[in-house]
Amino acid sequence: MKPRTLFQKIWDNHIVHAEEGQQTILYVDLHLVHEVTSAQAFEGLRLAGRSVRRAGKTIATADHNIPTTDRSLPIADAISKLQIDTLRNNCREFGIQHYDLNDPNQGIVHVIGPELGYTQPGMIIVCGDSHTSTHGAFGALAFGIGTSEVEHVLATQTLLQTLPKTLELRVDGQLKPGVTAKDLVLYLIGQITTDGGTGYCVEYTGEAIRALSMENRMTVCNMTIEAGARAGMIAPDATTYEYLRGRKYVPADFEAAVARWQELPTDEGAQFDKSLRFAAADIAPQVTWGTNPGLVASVDAHVPKPADYSDPTDQKTVAGALDYMGLEGGEAITDIQLDRVFIGSCTNARIEDLRAAATVAQGHKVSDHVDAMVVPGSGQVKQQAEEEGLDQIFKEAGFDWREAGCSMCLAMNPDKLSPGERCASTSNRNFEGRQGKGGRTHLVSPAMAAAAAIAGHFVDIRDWK
Amino acid sequence: MKSFTTHTGLAVAMDRANVDTDQIIPKQFLKRIERTGFGEFLFWDWAQLEDGSPNPDFELNRPEAVGVSVLVARRNFGCGSSREHAPWALEDYGFRVIIAPSFADIFYNNCFKNGMLPIRLSEELVDEIFSRAEKHADYRMTADLESCTLSDEHGFSTSFEVDAFRRHCLLNGLDDIGLTLEHENKISVYEATHGISAS
Repeated sequence: MKPRTLFQKIWDNHIVHAEEGQQTILYVDLHLVHEVTSAQAFEGLRLAGRSVRRAGKTIATADHNIPTTDRSLPIADAISKLQIDTLRNNCREFGIQHYDLNDPNQGIVHVIGPELGYTQPGMIIVCGDSHTSTHGAFGALAFGIGTSEVEHVLATQTLLQTLPKTLELRVDGQLKPGVTAKDLVLYLIGQITTDGGTGYCVEYTGEAIRALSMENRMTVCNMTIEAGARAGMIAPDATTYEYLRGRKYVPADFEAAVARWQELPTDEGAQFDKSLRFAAADIAPQVTWGTNPGLVASVDAHVPKPADYSDPTDQKTVAGALDYMGLEGGEAITDIQLDRVFIGSCTNARIEDLRAAATVAQGHKVSDHVDAMVVPGSGQVKQQAEEEGLDQIFKEAGFDWREAGCSMCLAMNPDKLSPGERCASTSNRNFEGRQGKGGRTHLVSPAMAAAAAIAGHFVDIRDWK
Repeated sequence: MKSFTTHTGLAVAMDRANVDTDQIIPKQFLKRIERTGFGEFLFWDWAQLEDGSPNPDFELNRPEAVGVSVLVARRNFGCGSSREHAPWALEDYGFRVIIAPSFADIFYNNCFKNGMLPIRLSEELVDEIFSRAEKHADYRMTADLESCTLSDEHGFSTSFEVDAFRRHCLLNGLDDIGLTLEHENKISVYEATHGISAS
């Protein structure tokens, strides 16, 4: 048989119907649902008199809208409450497992899927959320879809897809001390730009990728969409299987499943449509300075100026970004002063992320001109962090310790920046207004965010004592 | 689904790259559970000044932009969040055609589900349209999906490419779910051979 990539194997394994000149119908193994992109899909089903084909392959949770303050209080925002209530009612009506607000397993959909063992190698996983690419860390084909497609999956358990091209992003060598998965992926986005992956499914390969923990692999795959690629994946290996072993919803015969999963990695000699190679040693801690994740620099560098770019569209983009960000161009990154710090999101709110931030914060105090918050990715992450005493470290340092949710990654709930406020954030998007109208977001790793909270400005984590 | 065969309308040029779906429809409007009525919130943060009055410099607020239905922008239009609220807002505002050198994948796909035609052209051709839109008052373009051509009233004409299946569905306003369910027996066979049962 012709050597195949991980992507090609998963694609081939899920073909329900393929016909020349048409999109392929693919079977979906896991459909994750949240409150913001599902209400209109369920309504569509009702209007057409359709049911959910495989409710058992669908799980739901409310994450985008929910407050991260005291959960025993009613939700103050009536429109948010209606959307959250609507999800609950839809799940009840269609028989879908729903991790509701007070469920100990509630959390960001891309955190709970893996931690409960729903996410498994070889699956096709979809969700009405672009950061579904996260689940590709397990060697799954996982990507975000629109609400019309959510309805399609609910009704048919399948999706119509056009075959994407494949892109290998290989990172050779070892990351230097202080350089994390977040820095790695921000660096790659900076290199290939925010639309460099458009039309592709990415597979991350190379020694630096293999060495990453599952949490770190999720951070990398999570941000694949910020380079324009809908899906990013990493071949499953012993790290993957050890992470999954013993989790609640993994296959009963785990060893048999591992034997199947071991067939998945890209075959020797398989061809990608495009391959790019990078050296881990070239990567320093990264800080975004603009209004898309590709506008990023090393922490020891300076903010660029429009004249540093040759393409007129790039010059205009950079000028607009600097204006929005309140930067001149030419500043040292470490001179940028901060008002807020957000540690959270589906990118960086897992237990290892919180450990990394707590290690930096321990024994320090948050700068008196910074307001800092930590929002765990799930109820389970929160509980584990509290068992390890991380919450105490954060609270003693002056960080706010919150309930799980998407929170200030997209500021749909009450957690948001005020106009002009500057924030170091472990989230995934620094778009204009993303964390609140007029708010200025700099994306960084959890350790860099914690250090920035304490210093009041960006610091090179490699110099942190 | 709405069909699309041909459309002629007033074009607006938006000289911006990487227009993300957070700009097209900001998060505070995603709390609604309806599918309609998003047009008035389109590009909310760009369309308003800090005091809430209309921003006169914003492309869609200019007097010549009243009644626009063709949007021309720079590369990577619709990047970021998968929110289908973005095409809902564009469509509800009155847009039927969007032209750019490139689109983000999810947004591009979402357009077809809502009866809108996204057209990819080379950077050079988009540049050409930008200069024509600046030169001619009341600049109108026609997108014909039957012949896959885009033209204006001043001699510009180009063909564009679109996936044959998506074109077929859009021309005929076909419902994707209905089409897939024509193969329901194949879904059942797939499930049977993979040990998937109703639950």
